Amino acid sequence: MAVETAPPPAAPAPTAASLRKVRFALMLRSLRENWGLFVSTRVGMIGLVIILFYLVLALMHPILMNTVWDERIYDPVVGYAFDETRQPAPPSRSHLLGTDPLGRDILSQLMYSARSEFLLGLLAAVVTVTIGTTVGAIAAYYGGVMDTILMRFADIMVMLPGISVLIVLSALIGVEHFELALIIGILSGFGGTAILLKSQALSVVVKPYIEAARAAGGGPVHIIFIHIVPNLLPLSFLFMMFTVTGAIFSEAILSFLGLLDVRMSWGLMIHTTEAAGYLLQVGAYWWLIFPASLSITLLCSSFYLVGRAMDEVINPRLRRL
Amino acid sequence: MAAYLLKRTVQILLTLFAFICIVFFLVNAQPGDISNVYALNPELPPDAKQRMQEQFGLNQPLWQQFLVYVKNVLTGSFGLSFSHYPRSVADVIGERLPRTVALFFTATVFSFYMGFVLGKIIAWKRGGWTEYATTLGGVTLYTVFTPWFALMMIWLFAFKAGWFPIGKFLDPVLWRDAPLNANTLFNRMMLTVFVVSVIVFAIFLVTTRRRVAGARYIQIGSLAAAAAVTVGIWWSTDVGHLAWDLIEHMILPVLTLTIISFAGTMLLTRNSMLETMREDFVLAARAKGLPEKAVRDRHVARNALLPVVTSLVFSLAFAVDGSVIIESVFSWPGMGQTLVSAALAEDLPLAVGAFVFVGIFVLLAHLAVDVLYVYLDPRIRY
Repeated sequence: MAVETAPPPAAPAPTAASLRKVRFALMLRSLRENWGLFVSTRVGMIGLVIILFYLVLALMHPILMNTVWDERIYDPVVGYAFDETRQPAPPSRSHLLGTDPLGRDILSQLMYSARSEFLLGLLAAVVTVTIGTTVGAIAAYYGGVMDTILMRFADIMVMLPGISVLIVLSALIGVEHFELALIIGILSGFGGTAILLKSQALSVVVKPYIEAARAAGGGPVHIIFIHIVPNLLPLSFLFMMFTVTGAIFSEAILSFLGLLDVRMSWGLMIHTTEAAGYLLQVGAYWWLIFPASLSITLLCSSFYLVGRAMDEVINPRLRRL
Repeated sequence: MAAYLLKRTVQILLTLFAFICIVFFLVNAQPGDISNVYALNPELPPDAKQRMQEQFGLNQPLWQQFLVYVKNVLTGSFGLSFSHYPRSVADVIGERLPRTVALFFTATVFSFYMGFVLGKIIAWKRGGWTEYATTLGGVTLYTVFTPWFALMMIWLFAFKAGWFPIGKFLDPVLWRDAPLNANTLFNRMMLTVFVVSVIVFAIFLVTTRRRVAGARYIQIGSLAAAAAVTVGIWWSTDVGHLAWDLIEHMILPVLTLTIISFAGTMLLTRNSMLETMREDFVLAARAKGLPEKAVRDRHVARNALLPVVTSLVFSLAFAVDGSVIIESVFSWPGMGQTLVSAALAEDLPLAVGAFVFVGIFVLLAHLAVDVLYVYLDPRIRY
């Protein structure tokens, strides 16, 4: 999805503007090539369509709340469907997916939660990739003691059982979406992502242009952030996708177990169903279980599929012979 | 190799120490202490609270508390559990850890075998509709919202069809006048399984290594004979029906776990196969005129196995995590369920104790996989 290698200087005396133009053209070309590869994997496209669908749902919610939906009835947390006589009410024209045992509109909850899932996933992914690329690049650039310390620390992080850590933490401190995203980001950023990005960075560090940058008087910070990190970006985009899957999944599990202090989420919707005792009445009260569970499954697998498709784009060894 | 293993062991011990430190600081970073649990109890006079703080050593400086804590971890004493009072934490964990290990070991063996076989096939049929369908199905199962999937399994097979019991570890009605308690029986069953599998594995190893004629028949025969003898002996004892009760409660969780986790192995095997298929020795094998099946199974699959074994490390770490979900949904009292219920009941000694044990378990699993890896890949010489 991004540039594979730093572009070579094109003109004999390149000005900053012309250089940027060349760089942009090269980026556009490789983007088009990679897009073609991505489309040819098919599974990636399926994932992308699902993600777009949920993105639209998430963006529609505030619009609907301000125009069509009455706040007293359709609020995902404190609303109550006065127009239904029995709660949970089956799907009807005013409530397309029915209402939950507390009389709240399921569709509204679903759309409201979609937004927070996206924010959670995005934040966790950004934190992971920022930490992971920085740690990986620093470990590869300096080597020696720095490398040993960072990588042994990464080993510990990898061995920590994620969900169990989150459960113990939620017993100790109150965990909300923001804290959850940070914790997941830190765990995976210092752990597995750092290890894999470091091994990629090792192959970048030995390239001649790093030597050239050093000869031209570039300091460590300049070399790490201007020359190494951009070359790690394609791979880190891949890990972003897997982190999003992990973050959404962990959130759903924890809120399903009732361990998170969140206002509304897909996991919490199932928790509500369980608390009200409708969990095994799958046939009679399907709208209490299926929309939320399917959303979690679909969104998780779509990010995973996109990640796998990107893997085939980035990793030349997986390409067709 | 001895030097390598020694180095690894030292590393693991250091990691373990760091892990214990992290847990200690996590617990101590929160405001208040254990005596706060009783803070709102009006029956409790202030001096009782003070006495409790002295008893737990909470009025000592932090570094002394840390030393006491390390000593306690090393001797395995985590105090008494609040929610299982008056049992000690070590006692509760000693009862539950073997169950989780048994559950996950079984499921991991099944799902790795299934994933490996399926991955082999879809790598060979690359680009066909089989591949897309299997990949999509596999990914969906892999990323499916586990509690929901487990619930659907319970609903379908236990609630609607009534083939299996709905959750729990045993059927209390059967056990009302049982001659022995469930843990003793469960441990005996595990011992039996362990002994039988060691014997069968030995037979497999010997027949394969010595290239005995008709090795395949001997292997299948010995497997069947071992199974028949074990079942026969257990059936003839008076606790046979109780043992079956425990097994019956385990079938659905194991099935669910296998179905959700085989896809990871499958996709990894596929990628690894695709990378191995480009090697020269595959071309040579084909040029010799070997049948496709032999090339696939004997040449490509064997070499593609290595990264799959490495992923066992991660799947074992995941196993403990996965137990949290599966055991909670099935109300199957293992480590995961203990952890969740302790966290929900704010039973800190048990939660921390369970967490430390989970950590130790994962570290030991890592060490075991390291040893296995050295054995499996002769190219690795440390």
